[in-house]
Amino acid sequence: MKTFGGPAILLDRSDINTDEIIPAKYLTEITKAAMKPHLLEDLLLDGKPFDAQSPAMQQARVVITRANFGCGSSREHAVWAFEVNDINIVIAASFARIFRQNMFNCGILAIELPGTDIEQLFRMRGQLTIEVDLDKTEMTARSNDPAQGPITCSFEMNPFDRDLVAAGGWLAYADKKF
Amino acid sequence: MGRTIASKIFAAHLRDTPTPGNMILDIDVVMCHEITTPIAIMDLMEKGMDRVFDPTKIKAVIDHVTPAKDSKTATQGKIMRDWARRHQIRDFFDIGANGVCHALFPEKGFIRPGYTVIMGDSHTCTHGAFGAFAAGVGTTDLEVGILKGVCSFRAPETMRIILTGTLTQGVTAKDVILAVIKRLTVNGATDKVIEFVGPVVDAMTMAARMTLCNMAVEAGATSGLCLPDRVTAEYLWPFIKDQYATIEAAVQDFSKWHSDPDANYVETIELDISTLAPQVTFAFKPDQVKNISEMEGTPVDQIYIGSCTNGRIEDLRDAAAILRGRTLAVGVRGIVTPATPAIYSQALEEGIIKIFMDAGFCVLNPTCGACLGMSSGVLAAGEVCASTTNRNFNGRMGKGGMVHLMSPYSAAAAAVTGTITDPRRFLKVS
Repeated sequence: MKTFGGPAILLDRSDINTDEIIPAKYLTEITKAAMKPHLLEDLLLDGKPFDAQSPAMQQARVVITRANFGCGSSREHAVWAFEVNDINIVIAASFARIFRQNMFNCGILAIELPGTDIEQLFRMRGQLTIEVDLDKTEMTARSNDPAQGPITCSFEMNPFDRDLVAAGGWLAYADKKF
Repeated sequence: MGRTIASKIFAAHLRDTPTPGNMILDIDVVMCHEITTPIAIMDLMEKGMDRVFDPTKIKAVIDHVTPAKDSKTATQGKIMRDWARRHQIRDFFDIGANGVCHALFPEKGFIRPGYTVIMGDSHTCTHGAFGAFAAGVGTTDLEVGILKGVCSFRAPETMRIILTGTLTQGVTAKDVILAVIKRLTVNGATDKVIEFVGPVVDAMTMAARMTLCNMAVEAGATSGLCLPDRVTAEYLWPFIKDQYATIEAAVQDFSKWHSDPDANYVETIELDISTLAPQVTFAFKPDQVKNISEMEGTPVDQIYIGSCTNGRIEDLRDAAAILRGRTLAVGVRGIVTPATPAIYSQALEEGIIKIFMDAGFCVLNPTCGACLGMSSGVLAAGEVCASTTNRNFNGRMGKGGMVHLMSPYSAAAAAVTGTITDPRRFLKVS
């Protein structure tokens, strides 16, 4: 199984849609790698364009965000855009159904946390690094700010989703089973 | 405990229950278009799994960018064509016969009550108008659908929306669904199925029901659903007449899918439509909806009439009712794209295309085109579009552009005045 976790980037907005994650004009590409430079290209935070080329974004392996992440278009390109940028976990207060399914179908993690836990993560100071223990269904956020202690949250993991991650995705799972 | 239409469809298609609450369903129709399918095809080829579970259950079309606009879109089309040929997918619709998937496939009679339908397209929920469970999926789900004819879902609960009263003149299914999304918000129906019932739905044409179900996903819903009735049977009659002795017999048979009177709903919302005004979106989320009077006078640069939401003949008739004998306001561009060749042909026959042309509109071939900013009417930064499409997301029709979603009546009214306008001004009092 993949290892999950790493430096986190926080996207402080609800209802981030898949058009913002990867605009439709890039859907004419026929490789996943082609999505790499365009991740979050049309994202607005506080009404202003998000800098997807910032060092923090470039080194991120985990995205932490608010409610209804990945709404709108069904394009799995949104998940691939994260995947080819080595982001293998999105942690949110909630997900749109298709995006969440696409994440697990690709064998990567869409972790839902209660809004209060998400709020706590947003309030942490410093640069966050996320560790995930899939067996304990726990995640720990550590900060590089010595004044900021770590925070551990437990999450629920649907056994079927766990099987998908273990299998490396839905295609491998389904090919074996059906 | 009674069952909803959705739970009856799930029970009839259940292949496996990997864990409680998750279900693997057999799929009756796997639909494919050239934006999300080519990567699936290439991945299956790379993995030595280039097979299809049943070529008669796969329906394919090139619709998003057609004719191809560049080498990349030409390649996507070629991958689809070669694949359809290789696997003898007979229901493949290429240029000349192609149209917007969610308008074309119903027109071909591919969707029946009780069916399960998936496609790599979020607006697949449109087909719920026929009493089918129809859900948009990603490319991996599509691959498994193509290969195995199954799809996994977390079993959704059903929310019932009862639409009471009657639609008044100038108010359409588009206005109803915008009002519903405003009420539910963009994630109010996430992981749920919306069952649309009530006298307003009963009185709707299939085209109107498709508009209604089409935007269920904008409230997060897995699928929208209408109960199949006489309207459904009449629409499908050319395709089912060998199966049933009479339309009445079809209606009777379809009723087996109706939700039981004691069915359990996670939520029931009743909306009286009688006082509903034309609706329009502002800002970048489809639940940001106002009465059109609150947006009156907002200048627009482009009018776009078409898409899987509102590109059907009924929609073109609505717009033409206002455009007849009128022209586009100075400085405003108009684009109309009938959603399928049959709709285009019908619009020609009824003189509707002439009305659009005389008004100064550019008449495009059927395509998804500018709805998602891919081709054929992309906005420049700072431009505003009055559009009959389904998403007003930032950048949706072009980076820096603003989209106001509205009905075909309202889009036509904006075409004439050059600003957002209550269309009832142009409609005779009946």
